[in-house]
Amino acid sequence: MSAVEKMTPAEARLARVTLPEGMGPQRRAALDRLVAMGLPGRRDEYWRWTNPTDLIAPEPVPAAPFADDEPALFDDVERLKIVFRDGVFDAEASDDLALSGIEISRLSEAGDVNWASSLYGTLETAGQTPVERPFAALNTASAEDGLLIRVTGKIETPVNLIYIHESESSDAILHHVVKLEEGAEITVLENGPAGARANIVMEVDVAKTARFHHIRVQGRDHERRMLTGIFARINEGALFKSFTLSSNGALTRNECVLDIVGDDANAHVAGAALGDGKSQPFHHDDTIFITHGAERGESRQVFKKVLKNGAQGIFQGKILVKPGAQKTDGYQISQALLLDEDSQFLAKPELEIYADDVQCSHGSTTGAIDETALFYLRSRGIPTEEATALLVLSFLADAIEEIEQERFRDEIVIRLEGWLARHRG
Amino acid sequence: MAEVDQVEVREGVDRETVEAVQNMGAYKYGWNTEIEMEYAPKGVNEDIVRLISGKNDEPDWMTEWRLQGFARWQDMTMPDWALLNVPGIDFQDIYYYARPKSMEVKPKSLDEVDPKLLATYEKLGIPLKEQMVLAGVEGAEDYDPNERQVAVDAVFDSVSVGTTFKAKLAEAGVIFCSISEAIQDHPELVKKYLGSVVPQADNYFAALNSAVFSDGSFVYVPPGVRCPMELSTYFRINAENTGQFERTLIIADKGSYVSYLEGCTAPQRDTAQLHAAVVEIIVEEDAEVKYSTVQNWYPGDENGKGGIYNFVTKRADCRGDRAKVMWTQVETGSAITWKYPSCILRGNESQGEFYSIAIANNYQQADTGTKMIHLGKDTRSRIVSKGISAGHAQNTYRGLVSMHPKAKESRNYTQCDSLLIGDQCGAHTVPYIEVKNNSSRVEHEATTSKVDDDQLFYCRARGMDEEEAVALVVNGFCREVLQALPMEFAMEAQALVAISLEGSVG
Repeated sequence: MSAVEKMTPAEARLARVTLPEGMGPQRRAALDRLVAMGLPGRRDEYWRWTNPTDLIAPEPVPAAPFADDEPALFDDVERLKIVFRDGVFDAEASDDLALSGIEISRLSEAGDVNWASSLYGTLETAGQTPVERPFAALNTASAEDGLLIRVTGKIETPVNLIYIHESESSDAILHHVVKLEEGAEITVLENGPAGARANIVMEVDVAKTARFHHIRVQGRDHERRMLTGIFARINEGALFKSFTLSSNGALTRNECVLDIVGDDANAHVAGAALGDGKSQPFHHDDTIFITHGAERGESRQVFKKVLKNGAQGIFQGKILVKPGAQKTDGYQISQALLLDEDSQFLAKPELEIYADDVQCSHGSTTGAIDETALFYLRSRGIPTEEATALLVLSFLADAIEEIEQERFRDEIVIRLEGWLARHRG
Repeated sequence: MAEVDQVEVREGVDRETVEAVQNMGAYKYGWNTEIEMEYAPKGVNEDIVRLISGKNDEPDWMTEWRLQGFARWQDMTMPDWALLNVPGIDFQDIYYYARPKSMEVKPKSLDEVDPKLLATYEKLGIPLKEQMVLAGVEGAEDYDPNERQVAVDAVFDSVSVGTTFKAKLAEAGVIFCSISEAIQDHPELVKKYLGSVVPQADNYFAALNSAVFSDGSFVYVPPGVRCPMELSTYFRINAENTGQFERTLIIADKGSYVSYLEGCTAPQRDTAQLHAAVVEIIVEEDAEVKYSTVQNWYPGDENGKGGIYNFVTKRADCRGDRAKVMWTQVETGSAITWKYPSCILRGNESQGEFYSIAIANNYQQADTGTKMIHLGKDTRSRIVSKGISAGHAQNTYRGLVSMHPKAKESRNYTQCDSLLIGDQCGAHTVPYIEVKNNSSRVEHEATTSKVDDDQLFYCRARGMDEEEAVALVVNGFCREVLQALPMEFAMEAQALVAISLEGSVG
């Protein structure tokens, strides 16, 4: 037997990590972090409900791309389109990266010295305490592509990152850095499955009074496995808003680590997940960690899941209020609607609070569709399936409301309606 | 006091009030009884396990059972998942067995009882009648039957000193005695139930307890019997450097009912002491058990020196349909609390309730909560937890609500509220929710806030001082839990809430 065969999958994965060109010191430091913490196992507290085996495996589980028959997302929006095919930038399919008030370059062309070198891996590192996130370190060390985006003004045109999955065995590792200078504003749209397996990290530095909007739709591929990590630092008076729609996917783990470092800042993160485990498994995990390190911060976590046919929904959300972060207003809600007997919702909504003059609360509910409401609608002549769809939409409304721009909200609702129409009964 | 310098004094509170309050002194039971004790050698090993078993004259199967527990314990490591900063415990530097010398031969009359032991109970506020019996006096059981009766089993360090009202309870068929007596007199019951809810290797501290438990209480309520009086156990740790490891086993047979109270205190000492108890409750069909605790172990001084490390495993198993269990706890003492009274809702339509007030002041740390494991259909659980942090304390609610696929049509409601008094303390909530069927409904709510300024202002405008106002607001905050306590306990708990917070206003 060769030495390779004796390795555990985690060891084999670590042995395969190569450090691409550029950001050399940051990548080496990330590899050291990764080796020190190791890849997670089932016994890890933060992986108790999501099995990391497929994310650790040296090779991705083959996943067939899905032929999406819906019209492409955000097609009507005037946007800056940037396409990644199986984790590699596609210049031909993308728009010209030049846009006024914004500076965009590729990670693979960054070299060792760049405006982003002080940020690349920095926010990820900060996000490793108190909970380790080895896959994010793996990403920082080995990401071959991604974007470095510096925003200096208020940008009307959204930047749309489109992730195309074509190869059955692609292992996409993308790392983006977004820096918003003081007073800047941008909307980043992300959509698509990215690869058979994807690991996408985005580090976002939001300077004073800057505003960052993020809307993500994770594609309709049934077989894809995806791990994402958002690491944001939110300064004084700034706003961070992120919304994610996930439907389908054998495995999705969305981590979001937000650090409020300036007074009067806002951090909102929301998600709607729809899962039907009928033909393919559906496992969706939202793991959120918001740290309040400054005064008068406001944070919201709004997560809704609609699950059927053995679909699994996970929510691990935390609000940490550091000593001195007075007048913090933190709120967290996680709700699941189980449409049949087989689905599961597992939640751990945590509060850790070290300041007294705060208002923090969380709520979590799980249950079936409200029979009384259903009966009411039916008694008004609405057929059961339509009534169910209406109630599901109203259940998801709070999460959708978190999208500030109405035009995007409408697009999301159309997708939801499409999913509900396809998954009746 | 140090506290005054460190905690910012808020507007509207004059420093004199704060100082006056802080100088009142808090812990009432911190004195120590000078009494001649008999110890087993320090440390724990197989010989100590055998020695403890021998002291209680146990049959071989019991000794074996302990040794199995000890073997498992040696393979385990101390859990570190709680939000607690536990200083290293040297398990070989603790006395595992301590008995008053005078208890070697059971006293026959009041004159024979060690007066110091007698005075201990008097000072702890146990009524005279009970005091005579508590001190181990034979024949005192028939004294003044008209008083409101609470039968007491008193545990002093490692031994049960006495159990009151045994005769009267026996008339109803209820067995209430120390567990060491139960092993002698009712081995079939002990054999059947001991370890059936909390197995020897359940967790690190339960395994240690299984090996070295020295005494504790045993209750058996036969089918259809409503226990004629409340039962209670009073735990007193007195000896220095001694751990207390008691084991309580309560069996409520079909259709029976019992209400059980537990109280605990310890002397004020500079070195921390370990208390690792196990409570197992078996609730059969249609039976109901209420278990109420007022935990008032010595919490350590205002600088965090000394106090009891309280690592307790409590679990109730609702084996039959429509079985019901209610845990109510008021946790005001201990330097460290690690305690999760749980309910296994196995029987259909069984019910579990958990009401808790946990108060942590100065440098106390509490990580406490419950587990509700729904296995049967139509099971119900309710959790109401009120955590109060003051000074430099850390207070965590940790809980699990699990709805198994077969637990159809079940319900859980959880309410966890935390109150922070002062800006140096912490309040945390760590709930785990696992729902594996859709006909069940699970609702969880948690809030964290400080004592409301408007409420305080209102109280103060009506002439209350700051301390009274805070106590009133806090008592209001705890109301739902206080109401769940038996009456005498509720009064005591209410007073205790105020006392535990002394020195916290500022």
